[in-house]
Amino acid sequence: MTSPAALAHPRFSLTEPLPVPAPGAGPAQLPRLLPRHGAVPVRLTDHLRAYGPVPYRGRSGHLIREAAAAGLTGRGGAAFPVHRKLAAVAGAPEPVVIGNGAEGEPASNKDKSLLWISPHLVLDGLQLAAEAVGSLTIGLYVHRNPRLLRHLQVALAERVDARADRAPVELIEAPSRFLAGEASSLASVVTGGAALPRLKDPRLSERGVAGRPTLVQNVETLAHLALIARYGAGWFRAVGTSAEPGSMLTTLYQASGRADVTEAALGTPLADLLSLAGAGAVLVGGYHGAWLATPEAAGLRLSNATLRPAGAFVGAGVLAALPAGRCGLAETARVVRYLALESAGQCGPCFNGLPRMAAALSVLALPEGPRAARRGMGGRWPDRAAARADLERWTGLVEGRGACHHPDGTARLVRSALRVFAAEAGLHCRGQCTGTEARPFLPLPPEPAIDAADWS
Amino acid sequence: MGRKLRVDPIACAGHGVCAELLPELISLDEWGYPILADGPVPQRLERLARRAVTDCPALALRLVREKPAPGRTG
Repeated sequence: MTSPAALAHPRFSLTEPLPVPAPGAGPAQLPRLLPRHGAVPVRLTDHLRAYGPVPYRGRSGHLIREAAAAGLTGRGGAAFPVHRKLAAVAGAPEPVVIGNGAEGEPASNKDKSLLWISPHLVLDGLQLAAEAVGSLTIGLYVHRNPRLLRHLQVALAERVDARADRAPVELIEAPSRFLAGEASSLASVVTGGAALPRLKDPRLSERGVAGRPTLVQNVETLAHLALIARYGAGWFRAVGTSAEPGSMLTTLYQASGRADVTEAALGTPLADLLSLAGAGAVLVGGYHGAWLATPEAAGLRLSNATLRPAGAFVGAGVLAALPAGRCGLAETARVVRYLALESAGQCGPCFNGLPRMAAALSVLALPEGPRAARRGMGGRWPDRAAARADLERWTGLVEGRGACHHPDGTARLVRSALRVFAAEAGLHCRGQCTGTEARPFLPLPPEPAIDAADWS
Repeated sequence: MGRKLRVDPIACAGHGVCAELLPELISLDEWGYPILADGPVPQRLERLARRAVTDCPALALRLVREKPAPGRTG
């Protein structure tokens, strides 16, 4: 049978000699995950010419040891050691393996880019992870985007033709919600439910998709795994720091307005990734991350070891340099309003706390003055000191009290904004604002109509 | 081994019964949701703690054996 897709992408000839991946023989420079030259998206033929066949191990334990030696951690944000997640599911009865490409964070583009440009690295990693834990049930959970889905269907068809895969891969669409990529939300959607997080007790490794032991790995993590399987732990560790080895994809927002996805070694100075000259502040780790003052960011690196003491973390690699002419409080108020609307509404502290935090931030974000009065304040100023005190109390009150980390991440962002934009809040009290440009800087999806809230 | 109180925040509807029964270990936040004291339940309060667990209208409160925090699954 010849489908139009097969005509467009000729069947890979198994007689063509393929490179045999040898330990250490991987790309010596970055990027590792995105091609340095050649056509994009990378077709299976080109992928196999560059990397060789999928290095199946024939048994389960081997790759887990290699991942442990490499020190690979999850690139979805939590940086949890991959080998421990693999080991938790390996040998369990009928485990399920899901590649997580939902990327609910509106500022992050790296997983979509990776799936678009190098889908076969992700799909190799998915097969290898499944082999490592002894799973024949594989899914790929991706952002709801018809173009991306078609693209991945073609990539999967190429692999079927070339007999590259040991087990079929089911594509599952993620609802366009911030929390859709949270692992327990994912498990619920794949099982046929709504994208709602649940309490992680029991863990997904014990009871996940359809009640079966489940491994969920971010798609970038899987791509790294596919390279570690080929070139070994030593090669992986050739970049990065000894505590945080390897590279990661970052989504960079420059103060100039330029945005792109770049692969960077862990430990790279933030100043090498972002041009800090025109930056009023730096957001690290996305919307569950933290603001840093520009001089502070200038001395820090892309590693949790240096970021954690500053209250930030690498997360999924979103870095944004806020242009000097934008008001950080206004930006934070917009983002926190979005985060509040994205609460699943299940846990009391979250669905009570987050909208209140958003409202209090919008008070701090508005400079005092006659213009504000004309905008409907009725001549009475909202009490800024009270709003600030409320925010400080609420950030403590919501933390650790949700089934998922949504309240914790939101509290982290708010707390950092109160610290980094304290001077800005003082200016607002005197009717001034450093913001000269009211156009929003940080990306947010268009707000859905309230009755169109789509969790499934 | 000691026992700890745990609340399922999804199941909890903020009835507040637990804080009425066990004010020594449970207070309510400004929205009526329970804040649990850290650490194990002292022996003298165990009977009351069990009562709070069985009387929770949402069945959201639990007494669990103290163990290391479960690993991240996300």
